Amino acid sequence: MNTLNTTVTSEADVPEEKAIPVQDERPAETVIEEGKTVGTPFADDPKFKLRNVEVFYGEDRAIKNISLDIARNEVIAFIGPSGCGKSTFLRCLNRMNDSIDICRVKGSLQLDEQDIYDSKRDVVELRARVGMVFQKPNPFPKSIYDNVAYGPRIHGLANRKSDLDDIVENSLRKAGLWNEVKDRLDATATGMSGGQQQRLCIARAIAVSPEVVLMDEPCSALDPIATAKVEELIAELSESYTIVIVTHSMQQAARVSHRTAYFHLGHLVEVNETDKVFTSPEHELTESYITGRFG
Amino acid sequence: MQPANLMLLVIAFVVVAYGLGYARSRSLAMPMGGIRHLKSLPFYYGARAALWCGIPALIVLALWAAFQGKVIQLLVIGSLPPDLVPEGAGQASLLLSKISNVASGALPPGFVEAPIAEAAERLQALRAQSRLYMSVLVVAVAVLAGFLGWIRISPKLNARSQVETTLKWIFFACAALAILTTVGIVFSVAFETFRFFQKISFFEFFFGTQWSPQTALRADQVAAEGAFGMVPLFTGTLLISAIAMVVAVPVGLLSAIYLSEYANKRVRGIFKPLLEMLAGIPTVVYGFFAALTVAPFISDFAASLGINASSQSALAAGGVMGIMIIPFVSSLSDDVINAVPQTLRDGSLALGATQSETMKKVIFPAALPGIMGGILLAVSRAIGETMIVVMAAGLAANLTANPLESVTTVTVQIVTLLTGDQEFDSAKTLAAFALGAMLFLATLLLNVIALKIVRKYREQYD
Repeated sequence: MNTLNTTVTSEADVPEEKAIPVQDERPAETVIEEGKTVGTPFADDPKFKLRNVEVFYGEDRAIKNISLDIARNEVIAFIGPSGCGKSTFLRCLNRMNDSIDICRVKGSLQLDEQDIYDSKRDVVELRARVGMVFQKPNPFPKSIYDNVAYGPRIHGLANRKSDLDDIVENSLRKAGLWNEVKDRLDATATGMSGGQQQRLCIARAIAVSPEVVLMDEPCSALDPIATAKVEELIAELSESYTIVIVTHSMQQAARVSHRTAYFHLGHLVEVNETDKVFTSPEHELTESYITGRFG
Repeated sequence: MQPANLMLLVIAFVVVAYGLGYARSRSLAMPMGGIRHLKSLPFYYGARAALWCGIPALIVLALWAAFQGKVIQLLVIGSLPPDLVPEGAGQASLLLSKISNVASGALPPGFVEAPIAEAAERLQALRAQSRLYMSVLVVAVAVLAGFLGWIRISPKLNARSQVETTLKWIFFACAALAILTTVGIVFSVAFETFRFFQKISFFEFFFGTQWSPQTALRADQVAAEGAFGMVPLFTGTLLISAIAMVVAVPVGLLSAIYLSEYANKRVRGIFKPLLEMLAGIPTVVYGFFAALTVAPFISDFAASLGINASSQSALAAGGVMGIMIIPFVSSLSDDVINAVPQTLRDGSLALGATQSETMKKVIFPAALPGIMGGILLAVSRAIGETMIVVMAAGLAANLTANPLESVTTVTVQIVTLLTGDQEFDSAKTLAAFALGAMLFLATLLLNVIALKIVRKYREQYD
């Protein structure tokens, strides 16, 4: 049996989620059964089919036997207390964990029924299909134009300069940034405001026409107005992309997502329609979390 | 008493003053109900008393020791009979050394004129007097100032802030000393350089292409007219430095890229210290490696190809110097590359860029200014490097760009000009100072530019 006081200890270079043991304020009898997720974790004809996923940082098991489907063109939000493994799990979807030496991933992860962690899999192609937006805006110290054109250039998406111009313009339009920057595409991107930088990063991600966009707490470094703009953008993007968003803000999950997945200490506790998670959660841990009893 | 012994005595006084000050502050505090009623801790009262005791005494000691020799000399010379009073500075110093030789017993008094023997006696008497006065004065100052510091201890006295302020000034004095030394070096070089240009024209030195500093030492000596054109020396320096950079920059930079971007922790843990070990090898070892191993190899290899190469080729010295500089370039570049935020790497990788694309298009451009700064620092190091070129480069000042020929460098010539017994007013010796000044200016300029670039780059991610 897995007890709840297992904590994820992370090395220094493990991403954002630091190992902070959760304050144990829950009723003592609450126990998570490993691999069992209440609600509706599965879907027909999913974009991602993830089965029995486990992630290890050295000896520590950060993700414990998670199975989940992510449907096409849905927005799914991952919520949960710090150190629960949401970001780690998200980074498995485009193999961003590869750059961490001690990280190992087990289980079956499929994108359109093709194994993501197959040794023959081309990571470049995978990441072109599964884009990512990070917690902190990370524009390259180049011009706005070059930032957006970076992906199309390395994937050879444009044959002519005019094609590239079109891709840049379309991406910036989709990210709702075109009108703000069309006159200064040559200006350096690091001079923009935080909210603009994050929308530029979204434009950069969608410039390579991905099928999925992963967002790792995209608004945690932004002020409320910039956050509102990014959330608006997510709603628009959900028409053409599958979006997986990790967030610390339950209001944000409620506003932008169709389904919500609640993670707890490396377990996937509950997945349900977002409305249901926030109005009548099935699992008592989910209820404790959304009512603010811990986290 | 000798100044060194006197200093030990002052230190003993300082320790006593500390103890007394400490004890007095405690005894003052006792009736008030403990040391928390004091403005500062007893340690600070003790330290304050010690500073009061030590600093004035040491200043008096230092001043006395610095000026007593000169004052005594003046007194001795002043007491000489008028017919013996020296005319020039040279005569005066000859006379004084004669007198002090007699005084120290190296020269028996019977061998010299009576007035000089008298002067020697006088010198000895004055010295003994000076030592006595100095001892008395220093001890008096230490005791008096220490007592003053001790008696003024009261619970209201803020000894802590006084001690802190004094310490601040002591630290300042140490920092200032380092700077003053540098300024002193600059002035001494500048002064001799000025004297050099009084003998040799500015124009000849900067634009002359002939370097043969063999001037006649005596008027009747048969010697070539010296030529002091620094052009072949600077081109030689630049040639060897350029060869060194051709070796060091690619190897250092690429190894830094490998270590920071590709190597895993274990490989990095083994490679980095090994690479930095290269920096710990004494340059004289590099020097004989260049002279005895690399240079013969190059000339033999060139001979087997039918090319004529000097056994002291610029290629050998420059190549080995490059090896020496590799760790310098690689560790500076490594720092700069590591300073590029991880989020930029993630951003590029997440767009599907490969590791080398990320390196080439994101990390390298972001790190480039810092890398340039590092390379400039390495160049200034190569220009100033001495031991390798002294051992492996030649002495012939050839004006050539052929790396297989022998060239000489500025540093080699400075060493050659100043080795052995030299007259300090010949153009030959003074030329070393002029060359040194030029070298100093060149490296200073490079360092300033490099540090500016590095600093500008640092601010970019803040």
